[in-house]
Amino acid sequence: MHKDLVEKIKNDPNYQELVSKRSSFSLKLTIAMLVVYFAFILTIAFDPSLLGTPLSEGSVTTVGIPVGMAVIVFAFVVTGIYTKRANSEFDDLTNKIKDAVKEH
Amino acid sequence: MMNINRIFLFLILGSIAVFASGAIEGEVTKQALNIPAIVMFVIFVGATLGITYWAAKRTKSAKDFYTAGGGITGFQNGMAIAGDYMSAASFLGISGLVYMKGYDGLIYSIGFLVGWPIILFMIAEPLRNLGKYTFADVASYRLRQTPIRILAAFGSIATVILYLIAQMVGSGQLIMLLFGLQYEVAVVLVGVLMILYVTFGGMLATTWVQIIKAFLLLAGATFMAVAVMAHYDFSFGSLFAHATELKGASIMSPGGLVSDPISAISLAIALMFGVAGLPHILMRFFTVSDAKEARKSVFYATGFIGYFYILTFIIGFGAIIMVLGNPQYLDVAKQAIEGGQPLLGGSNMAAVHLSHAVGGDFFLGFISAVAFATILAVVSGLTLAGASAISHDLYASVIKKGNVDSMKEMQVSKIATVVLGIVAIIMGIMFEKQNIAFVVGLAFAIAASANFPILFLSMYWRKLTTRGALYGGSIGLATAVILVILGPTVWVDLLKNEVAIFPYKYPALFSVVAAFIGIWFFSITDKSQSAKDEEAAFEAQFIRAQTGIGADGAVDH
Repeated sequence: MHKDLVEKIKNDPNYQELVSKRSSFSLKLTIAMLVVYFAFILTIAFDPSLLGTPLSEGSVTTVGIPVGMAVIVFAFVVTGIYTKRANSEFDDLTNKIKDAVKEH
Repeated sequence: MMNINRIFLFLILGSIAVFASGAIEGEVTKQALNIPAIVMFVIFVGATLGITYWAAKRTKSAKDFYTAGGGITGFQNGMAIAGDYMSAASFLGISGLVYMKGYDGLIYSIGFLVGWPIILFMIAEPLRNLGKYTFADVASYRLRQTPIRILAAFGSIATVILYLIAQMVGSGQLIMLLFGLQYEVAVVLVGVLMILYVTFGGMLATTWVQIIKAFLLLAGATFMAVAVMAHYDFSFGSLFAHATELKGASIMSPGGLVSDPISAISLAIALMFGVAGLPHILMRFFTVSDAKEARKSVFYATGFIGYFYILTFIIGFGAIIMVLGNPQYLDVAKQAIEGGQPLLGGSNMAAVHLSHAVGGDFFLGFISAVAFATILAVVSGLTLAGASAISHDLYASVIKKGNVDSMKEMQVSKIATVVLGIVAIIMGIMFEKQNIAFVVGLAFAIAASANFPILFLSMYWRKLTTRGALYGGSIGLATAVILVILGPTVWVDLLKNEVAIFPYKYPALFSVVAAFIGIWFFSITDKSQSAKDEEAAFEAQFIRAQTGIGADGAVDH
């Protein structure tokens, strides 16, 4: 990539917006996923009986079952949330940056 | 072309001959020959060889060979990624673990899933925007080609070979049980078919084999889970109630899988970051046209894989109810010696026996054929990734310094495929009776400790230098290997020592941290001119990573 082009894109407000928005969004979702998963696995490591608590009095189903399922669903949902926003907002910004480069 | 067709035909006939002779031997030995399974498997092989023939005619350049021309859609690639990831080991292994330990199986499968969102948020798009055929393209984008390519290729080939050993040994044992074929015949058959798919059909054939297999596996597993749930009017409460009556309440809560916090964190790190360093998974992102399709791939893949793990959980519980205690599936000989209720073929056969319990011989045949197809698809993806590390990273970039024509590179890749296939067959036969429990763990540890840190920091850290990546990556790799050897799985279980020198089963917590610290330290202390140039080159790389400007087909100039 030519130096002028790098400078031009770097100073493009759309590019700056894309990078800052996407970075903070990815970072937030990554942290969310890490927190959820490490909370799950560390609960098991420190207090395994907690997830073994019955859901209700006399029930065989334990708290761990819905919690485990929720972690799986959460992983899928966060990828969906990211994909949806990236496909619209981030791609729009990217296209604007590309158009600006073409005029160059 | 004429010549290729003739070789192709010869190899097909050859593999059928191997298959047929194996079938006859199977009858001679005591194993019951599974006719519906063999019929369905032959149909699968016929169809996939047809696809390979079709793909061979469309595979004309190195780009076609490595990436199916970059024309796979996000949905197709998501399915193929799921096909790559849902190995026979995870289908049979996780449902077997649920069957044995209940909830622990779920904990294990969740660990395998949570790496995917991280791949999406951090890796997928920059990877697509920066790379061409291998992840080393990205790692070496602004660093010195030779050392980084060698390190990345070494990490890739090590991961691929370890994974291949696990798959080949697993396939031999599985096929011996399912089809009544001899172990060696099964291993050779898998090796030969995989060589055929990859050398002739390249990534296009490999992708479609994976898509078909993913579809069959998901359909079969769905049928089993629905059949189990239908017994209980789709009430999880009564399913669990019945299972605990047979196996005790302990299956509903965490057991011994994660015993202490250090092991828990270490396993979590290996699984999360290991996925993002598996070369055959990373390579799949080059088969789509742009970053948008790359991110869609992960979205679909995460959905399919998550759904699949929920199914394996239900299947494991179904097996507790319908397989456990059913004399039909009991290994009577083993029971006489060891007592308990051992399953024919071990606890990994829980899902296979369940398929018979819910669908009879025909469905057992179907699931057996799917399990075989699964192995074929996974080894094909692995071999292609290993071959491209050899041909693209080592041959084209290191030896030829990039001055190589596409046809020649493709030729080298095909030779590498055949060699890797033969190595896989030999390793599969060599390791038949070995305890190979450590190999997949080691593959993940290497992927997480060498491949992932280099790849990740090359994308995001401006100050990364060649020296940092080389030293830090090597430190991560060495730490992972040494700690696995000194840990309980190799030092005690394999080498029969009394006490492990390194007390934890999973080294990732230590080796990944060592890699990051090593890369950081040797980068910031690198005051050379090339380090300054590499830092200066970051901006342009970052722009391309973020926008795709300059990437293949992204901008017309």
